[in-house]
Amino acid sequence: MSQVTEYSDKVMDHFSNPRNVGEIENASGVGTVGNAKCGDIMRMYLDIDDDRIVRDAKFKTFGCGAAIATSSMATELVKGKSIEDAMTVTNKAVMEALDGLPPVKVHCSLLAEQAIHAALWDYAQKENIVIDGLKPPVNDIEETEEYYQMPGE
Amino acid sequence: MSDLIYMDNAATTRVAPEVLNAMLPYFCEQYGNPSSAYAFSGKIAENVAEARRTIAGFIGAKEREIYFTAGGSESDNWAIKGVADALREKGNHIITTAIEHHAVLHTCEFLEKHGFEVTYLPVDSRGFVDPKALEGAIKPSTVLISVMTANNEIGTIEPIAQIGKTAHEHGILFHTDAVQAFGHIPIDVDKMNIDMLSASAHKLNGPKGVGLLYVRTGTRISNLIHGGAQEYGRRAGTVNAAGIIGFAEAVRLAASEMDKVSAYEASLRDRLIRKVTEEIPYTIVNGDLKERLSNNASFCFRFIEGESLLLLLDKSGICASSGSACTSGSLDPSHVLLAIGLPHETAHGSLRLTLSKENTEEEVDRVAETLRQIVERLRSMSPLYADFCSASSVGDKGKGAI
Repeated sequence: MSQVTEYSDKVMDHFSNPRNVGEIENASGVGTVGNAKCGDIMRMYLDIDDDRIVRDAKFKTFGCGAAIATSSMATELVKGKSIEDAMTVTNKAVMEALDGLPPVKVHCSLLAEQAIHAALWDYAQKENIVIDGLKPPVNDIEETEEYYQMPGE
Repeated sequence: MSDLIYMDNAATTRVAPEVLNAMLPYFCEQYGNPSSAYAFSGKIAENVAEARRTIAGFIGAKEREIYFTAGGSESDNWAIKGVADALREKGNHIITTAIEHHAVLHTCEFLEKHGFEVTYLPVDSRGFVDPKALEGAIKPSTVLISVMTANNEIGTIEPIAQIGKTAHEHGILFHTDAVQAFGHIPIDVDKMNIDMLSASAHKLNGPKGVGLLYVRTGTRISNLIHGGAQEYGRRAGTVNAAGIIGFAEAVRLAASEMDKVSAYEASLRDRLIRKVTEEIPYTIVNGDLKERLSNNASFCFRFIEGESLLLLLDKSGICASSGSACTSGSLDPSHVLLAIGLPHETAHGSLRLTLSKENTEEEVDRVAETLRQIVERLRSMSPLYADFCSASSVGDKGKGAI
């Protein structure tokens, strides 16, 4: 099956020109979700101001086209939102904003939701606050592999 | 699309113009059913017989030992299920390898559900089956050994002559899936101790939808399709005259230029491997560097994922392939890359480039440079790469440090 024909134009746009790639130094909250073994890892950085508004969001993602596109869309959707409103950026919201995902890629949008939640959880822990409906993140990142011997090196 | 660079020749190849020309008369002019009684069809049947002789001669087989099928997967299914069924009384054990094409692996899994026992031999880090390990796996109940001639993902050429010899010393039938090798390396069914061999026309500039199973005379194998006398009564169905004649023309071409083409492809392949490994740090070349198909270059780029790589290559007009899980719709990356011992996360970043005589040095250079940029871009987005750089303090271009 060809990925190119399965992805919506919006997915291809956010994959080809991802928004908000990078890191935020001294971020208010950072969350990493996913599993290298399964081929997807998302790390989300949130900059949240004193009014508890998400001023900036950035991401780094290891994964397929859908993983990169959902990360990009998720950062776009949380920017400018209060931390309570950021909780409304669910996997469904990310998928809808991308005009849908192929069935085998739906887990990428779940990962994007989890990445937002993990970053918010980190923030809530640091600030010692409770965000309604926010659960502790499940961190299932495998230990990254040991150094791999390169041929000829 | 004039800028398109096609480097996925293990997936399929362009039909050679000579092949197309050989096929064309069999659609609107010589359209008769080769099995019909009248002279109009008799001529076509003769041409099909000549095609069969050409192809048989190419691998040192007899005309009577070539059975045309609809392709490589069908041939693999037939060889394994056909022998399993015919020799059911003799035994229920089959030996194959962990790196076979799914047409072999899934057929074996099917048989496992029906009372057969299958040994999946491991391979070493370069993808080789150990003939000694194979001998050790043989049981009194073993009826079939199936080992591919060359691997479709990493290009490793297996020591099949030796494996066939071992099989025969124990009185066991030997099948080889030669779909990637047929027409690309010399094959002689007698010298290589082969009892059954699967091949497919579209991997050697022939048409899609036609393949063959070579079956050595005297081999016990159940018939595949019932309902007609075609293919000596073993595989019913109207003869695909155009496809078979195209297949034979592709074989004629391959036979006439195999040495020249493989030398040229190998020079492109080695240039590609050299450029990519020199320009892109943390790159692994999969498979053996010597016993390798001349057109196969298989890489893993650490810290990135294969589907993203393919999509960006596609945007640059480059057709390639990956053993990444995300290109197959499953969570696990290629069984071949896992079998050669790559960690999951490394196997996710795989790329297969398979060349043809139509590729050029300029294309190789463009692909290597485009790859360098894409890998750099994806790594700049990768949390795995960020973690690796901060942990190792190697910096962005730490070549040779690990």
